[in-house]
Amino acid sequence: MEQQRTVSGSSQSPRSPPSQPYLSVSVTDPVKLGNGVQAYISYRVITKTNLPEYQGTEKIVIRRYSDFVWLRDRLFDKYKGIFIPPLPEKSAVEKFRFSAEFIEMRRQALDVFINRIASHCELQQSDDLRTFLQADEETMERLRSQETGIFKRKPADFLQIIKDVQTKMSDVVLGKEKPVEESNAEHEKLKHYIFELENHVAEAQKHAYRLVKRHREYGESLSDLGRAFKLLGACEVNALGKAFSELGTKSEAISTKLQKEAHHLLLNFEEPLKDYVRAVQSIKATIAERANAFRQHCELAETIKLKEINLDKLMLTRSDKVGEAELEYKELKAASEEATRRYETIVRRMNEEFLRFQEEKTNDMGIAFHEFAKGQARLANGFADAWRSLVPKLDAYSSVSQ
Amino acid sequence: MMDSENQGFQEAHLYASKDEMESLVLDDPLNDNKSHSNYRSAMSSLSDHNHPLSSSVPVVAAPADSDPLLAPPPYRDFGGGVGAAADSSYLDPPSYADVIFSPFDADNPGDFNGVESPSQRSENSASFSRSLSSSSSEYIKITVSNPQKEQEMSNSLVPGGNTYVTYLVTTRTNVPEFGGSEFGVRRRFRDVVTLSDRLAESYRGFFVPPRPDKNVVESQMMQKQEFVEQRRVALEKYLRRLADHPVIRKSDELKVFLQVQGKLPLPTTTDVASRMLDGAVKLPKQLFSESAVVAPHEVVQPAKGGRDLLRLFKELKQSVANDWGGSKPPLVEEDKEFMEKKEKMHELEQQLSNASQQAESLVKAQQDMGETLGELGLAFIKLTKFENEEAVCNAQRVRAANTKGLATAAVKASRFYRELNAQTVKHLDTLHEYLGLMLAVNSAFSDRSSALLTVQTLLSELASLQSRAEKLEVASSKIFGGDKSRIRKLEELQETIRVTEDAKSVAIREYERIKENNRNELERFDRERHADFLNMLKGFVLNQVGYAEKVSNVWSKVAEDTSGYVKESS
Repeated sequence: MEQQRTVSGSSQSPRSPPSQPYLSVSVTDPVKLGNGVQAYISYRVITKTNLPEYQGTEKIVIRRYSDFVWLRDRLFDKYKGIFIPPLPEKSAVEKFRFSAEFIEMRRQALDVFINRIASHCELQQSDDLRTFLQADEETMERLRSQETGIFKRKPADFLQIIKDVQTKMSDVVLGKEKPVEESNAEHEKLKHYIFELENHVAEAQKHAYRLVKRHREYGESLSDLGRAFKLLGACEVNALGKAFSELGTKSEAISTKLQKEAHHLLLNFEEPLKDYVRAVQSIKATIAERANAFRQHCELAETIKLKEINLDKLMLTRSDKVGEAELEYKELKAASEEATRRYETIVRRMNEEFLRFQEEKTNDMGIAFHEFAKGQARLANGFADAWRSLVPKLDAYSSVSQ
Repeated sequence: MMDSENQGFQEAHLYASKDEMESLVLDDPLNDNKSHSNYRSAMSSLSDHNHPLSSSVPVVAAPADSDPLLAPPPYRDFGGGVGAAADSSYLDPPSYADVIFSPFDADNPGDFNGVESPSQRSENSASFSRSLSSSSSEYIKITVSNPQKEQEMSNSLVPGGNTYVTYLVTTRTNVPEFGGSEFGVRRRFRDVVTLSDRLAESYRGFFVPPRPDKNVVESQMMQKQEFVEQRRVALEKYLRRLADHPVIRKSDELKVFLQVQGKLPLPTTTDVASRMLDGAVKLPKQLFSESAVVAPHEVVQPAKGGRDLLRLFKELKQSVANDWGGSKPPLVEEDKEFMEKKEKMHELEQQLSNASQQAESLVKAQQDMGETLGELGLAFIKLTKFENEEAVCNAQRVRAANTKGLATAAVKASRFYRELNAQTVKHLDTLHEYLGLMLAVNSAFSDRSSALLTVQTLLSELASLQSRAEKLEVASSKIFGGDKSRIRKLEELQETIRVTEDAKSVAIREYERIKENNRNELERFDRERHADFLNMLKGFVLNQVGYAEKVSNVWSKVAEDTSGYVKESS
């Protein structure tokens, strides 16, 4: 594995000696709060750490889904270029039903989310993460609702300049219809790969979801058949009656196995595939950010050139506007350098992230496939054992009637 | 939570990908072409039912070296072929010996139906699971094939004439009465209706297998070819059931049907309208003559369906009297045991119908499992291909390899589910078969009821005739020397009474005969049903066990291969 992890981020208590830095988080204990439309689920987020930046070794806070969204948005904004771990969908509809299964799936997904952040070498250092893991609930609520306000107050004069430039520049000066795009072959390949990958994984996930349904339907039909056989057995006499009745009972028992397996499949196979799709979508968002950054970097570079020319002109004519222009030029230069820096950071990060992503997904899929296969084998064995147990009985019944 | 619209897939995409699948190569294609061909044969036997499998899973002979993972091959048209014996669609399920799998035998897939080969199939006994009668060395094997359009000649008002379809009915037998070992005749559906009606008349009280429906609506709605094929299968099943019945297989009607070339020499059934017309013609004579008597020979057939309207009315009156009248009929269904049996049969029919429905749902569910697993496998194969093509780092290649392992397993498992299902269908088909036979049972019971009604009617009639005779005697004795006209009337009446007495005796004999037939048939039915259902259950269970083991193997391997990824936590 090529990853460099400074801190282990598993959700269990670390076995490493206390001198090793560790940060371990778990999302547990979902509780439904509120009523009707206002209902939501709260989770307990337990942090265990020995990092000095954190207050104490263990902290428990209560968080809800929108808090996680806040964290994700902040990280996305601050750590451009990094593939921020994805969150489960908002899902307005299912929320109302709040089935136990839905709640468990969401909890699992949130747990995975926070742990990926905690084990990412850059993201784990984030202030926002610390806030998320430690702030009291009122503070969290305040932060959450101030979401939009914070962005406006950002100290980035650079950002402002960049944005101004963008609005002025676009089509007029550059005179291009096509938006500025990188001509980086490797990046092109990546884009193509990511877009195609999403399609493939999404299709696999779709079938996985259907498979879960099929398990449930199969279970139901076996249960119904079992019942029908039992009734039929009641019509028949002696050995045949018993045979039907026992088969019916067995059929109903097997049906239970199928329902169990359906649940297991949903949580351990379909959900990881879904997560895979989300992860790819997150990368797409990062790709878009990179494109933005590249555009800004280009546009500012163009602007600088024009300003230079203008400045030279002014200097030649010894205009009194020189001073002003010089100042403006300096500001723009700084902004341009900033934009270039941002762009290059994104590029660097993306290269590292790509490898990390591939490793992570190979591992995730390895686990998912294993769980899937294990579950299917378990199911098939259950079937075989259950049905097999009937064979000697049926043999006995056949010989009796002969 | 699943929003498939986002993914922009259309169903067409799936079909395209099935074609794609043909060009994909997997590591170890299964060489179990034999079981594939049995799957084919199993599928084709479904085309007469509304089985979920019959329309959506078409069938073809897979060439021996083709990729056995080819998904739905094109439907093969059985209609046009000549030399149908080998193409016979109705095939036997494997015997239990075949069904018993050796466990962990994933690499020897031929074991399952290895015994079955095309040549052997045609040797096997014709009907599913029904035990042949005791003289089991005798056989009658019937095949229906080669449907052809023919023209009805002349005397039709429609210019150009009527067309109809004939089928080739081939019989292979060693029964000496046939005087031949192999022969074939051409018959049309109308002939089958005739055969069925004549059998119903001759074998009252027997559980005569019901003939296929006329399906008038369907014949208009369906594609001609499809309908003809459906009918061909149904006819074959029907004739085989007849040949299976220990008494009916010896009947003249059947013999004649199977053997006599050209026009079927059985009296045809006239339609209801002309019967009514004939009856209406007779009616005035019956009403105005004093001797409105049922001839003894007519008494052996039920009133309904005959031309004797008067008799029909009388029996109807009697049945109303039975149901609503205060007085009990002179002869009553005294057999409590029979009444109980009737109740039981009714209950059985209900439960059979229910079980039959649930069996169909099970088959559908199994089919869906197989299908979805296959689609999942296919999606993963595409993903594997994609990752391999685009791989820039090792993690991708490793993942691609893992994905391939999963995909292969999924496709294999999908195959197994489909095979499992094909066999399940055959086994659970027994439920459908017996459900069909319940019609025969009901019809035999109603033979008995109508025979009883005839007897009751005759008894009432006799009673009323006798009381009339008494009254006449009393009246005429009051007149000295006798009333010539009254005496004559009395003589006529007494003659009528004698004839009616004869009819009554015949009717009672007939009723007793039918009762006896009922009893014997019921016994046979119970015995055979018992054996057949036990066989069905056993076959079903063994089938499930066998395939469960195969599926388990496939997945165990993948679980093993990916065991390195197991989380340390759980």
